[in-house]
Amino acid sequence: MDAFLSNVDWPEIGIASWDTLVMVGLSLLFSVLAGLPIGVLLFLTGKRQLLEQPVAYAVLSFVVNVLRSVPFIILLIVMIPFTVMLIGTSLGVAGAIPPLVAGGAPFFARLVETSLREVDRGIIEATQAMGASVRQIIFGALLPEALPGIIAGITVTAITLVSYAAMSGVIGGGGLGDLAIRFGYQRFQTDVMVITVALLVIFVQILQMVGDRLVLYFSRK
Amino acid sequence: MIVFNQVQKSYQVGGRAIPALHSTDMTIETGEVFGIVGHSGAGKSTLVRLINLLEPVTGGNILIDNENITRYSAAELRAFRRKVGMIFQHFNLLSSKTVADNIAFPMKLAGLYSKAQIRDRVQELLARVSLLDQADKYPSQLSGGQKQRVGIARALACRPTILLCDEATSALDPQTTQSVLRLLAEINKELGLTIVLITHEMDVVRRVCDRVAVMDGGRVVEMGAVSDVFLHPKHPTTRDFVFESESIDSRERQEDLQKANGRILRLTFKGESTYKPLLGSVARASGVDFSILSGRIDHIKDTPYGQLTLSLVGGDLAVAMSALEAADVHVEVVR
Repeated sequence: MDAFLSNVDWPEIGIASWDTLVMVGLSLLFSVLAGLPIGVLLFLTGKRQLLEQPVAYAVLSFVVNVLRSVPFIILLIVMIPFTVMLIGTSLGVAGAIPPLVAGGAPFFARLVETSLREVDRGIIEATQAMGASVRQIIFGALLPEALPGIIAGITVTAITLVSYAAMSGVIGGGGLGDLAIRFGYQRFQTDVMVITVALLVIFVQILQMVGDRLVLYFSRK
Repeated sequence: MIVFNQVQKSYQVGGRAIPALHSTDMTIETGEVFGIVGHSGAGKSTLVRLINLLEPVTGGNILIDNENITRYSAAELRAFRRKVGMIFQHFNLLSSKTVADNIAFPMKLAGLYSKAQIRDRVQELLARVSLLDQADKYPSQLSGGQKQRVGIARALACRPTILLCDEATSALDPQTTQSVLRLLAEINKELGLTIVLITHEMDVVRRVCDRVAVMDGGRVVEMGAVSDVFLHPKHPTTRDFVFESESIDSRERQEDLQKANGRILRLTFKGESTYKPLLGSVARASGVDFSILSGRIDHIKDTPYGQLTLSLVGGDLAVAMSALEAADVHVEVVR
C-alpha cells in the first residue's frame, strides 16, 4: 500500500483541492450572477411572454448557443488572449476563471430559462391581475416560484464546472486536474491519478447531495 | 357599473384576425351578481379578461364607473387592477408562499399598506373564509375548496369593488361548489361587491346570479334576469343549457310528449304561488283530468319556483287556463 501511494505528495494534493474549490466556487458565483439575468431575459423576451421581443431573443439565444456549442477545451484556448487582457495572466487559478464563466454562464442561463417556463402561466396572470408591474412579477412571483428549479440548475452548473475546472489543467489552470495531468498522465503516476479522481468524485457527490436537499427544502409542492 | 360599448376582440393567428368576441354591448349594474354562461370556446373567458384588460380590446370601449379603462396608461391600469379582484378555475396560488403570504401578496404589491395593516387584514380575511387555522400551511397542503377560499381571500385583500370569477367552481366537487357559491353570495351581500362570474354550468348561475348573459360563438345570444332566462329560454343554446342543468334529454322529452293525450301545458310558478295547492282545485272547478309528464321544484337564487308539464284531458279547458292564469301562474301551451 505504501509503495502504491509513494508518489502522492499529500500537501500538494491539499493545495490542489483548495485551488479546485476556489475555481469552482468563484466561477459558479460569476456564472450565476451573469447567467441568472440572461436566463430571465431569455424567458421574458421569448414567444408569448411578458416582454416578447423576437429580435432581442434571437440575438441573445444565438450568443448563448455559440458559447454552448464550442467544446470547452477549445473555449479554454480561444479565451486565452481575452483572459490575459482581463486578468493579466491565463495561468493558475485566476486565469482559469474567465473561461469557466464563459462556459458556465450560458449553460446556467438556459437552465434558468427552462425553469421559468415551467412556472404555471396562471400564476403570472393572477399576479398581473393584482396590478403587479413586470419587475414585481419577476421578483415577487416568477423567481420565488422557480426557485427549486433554479437551485437544481445551480447544482448541475456546479458539477459541470468541476469537470471544466479539471480540464483547465491542460492550459495550466491549476487544481486537481492540473495535478492529474502533470503527475498522473505525463509522469505515469497512477496513484496520483486515482487519488485526484477519487477526490473529484467525492466533491461531485457532496455537491449533488447538498443541491438535492436544498431543492427539497424549497419545493412546497 | 360596467358598460361595454361595441367591444370587440380578435386574435392574430398566422397573420389573420380570428374574432373571439363580436361587437358586444352590455351593462353590468353595481352590486349585482352577473353570470356569463357558454360552452368552452364561446368567448366567455375572453370577455371576463377584458374587464381588467388582461386582454386588450381590439375595438370599442369599456366604461367602469364612467371611466374609460381602455384609455388608461400602464400605471393607471395597474392601480385600477387593484380594485378588481379575480379568482381562477385552478386557483393560481403561489406554491412558494404560505396561505397568509398569498393573501398578503396583493397588498404588498400595492405598496400602500403598513406591515401592521397587512397583518390585521390577513387575519380578518382568514376569519372571513374560515381558514384561520391554515394560515401557515402551503397551498399544496390544502384541499381544492380550501385553495379557492384562499383565492377569494386574496382577491378581496385590497378591498376591490369588482370580483371576477373565471370558472371558479369548475374544478371542485358538487359539495365544495355549494360552499364556495354560498361564500360568494355572502360576500356580494355584505360588501356590496359586483361579481362577474363565468361558468359552463347553468346550475351555478341559478344558485347565485341575478342576471345572466348566454354566449355562443363569440356573441351574447341572450341576456336578462336569471328567472326569465332560466324559465323561459328563447335561444337554442340557452335551452340546451337549461335542459342540461335539469338532466333532460331533449329528444327523449319530445318522445314523451308524443305519447301523451290531450292538450299539453307547461306551467311555471314563481315565489309564493309555488306552494299553493292549486292543481287540485283547478281540476275540480273545471272538470279537467291531468297527468304530470315532468316537473321540477327548486330555487333560483332565493326565489322558489316550480315548472310542471301536464297533459289535460276532458272538462272545460278554457276555465282551467283562466283559473291558472288568475293564480299568477305562467301558462304556455306546448301542444
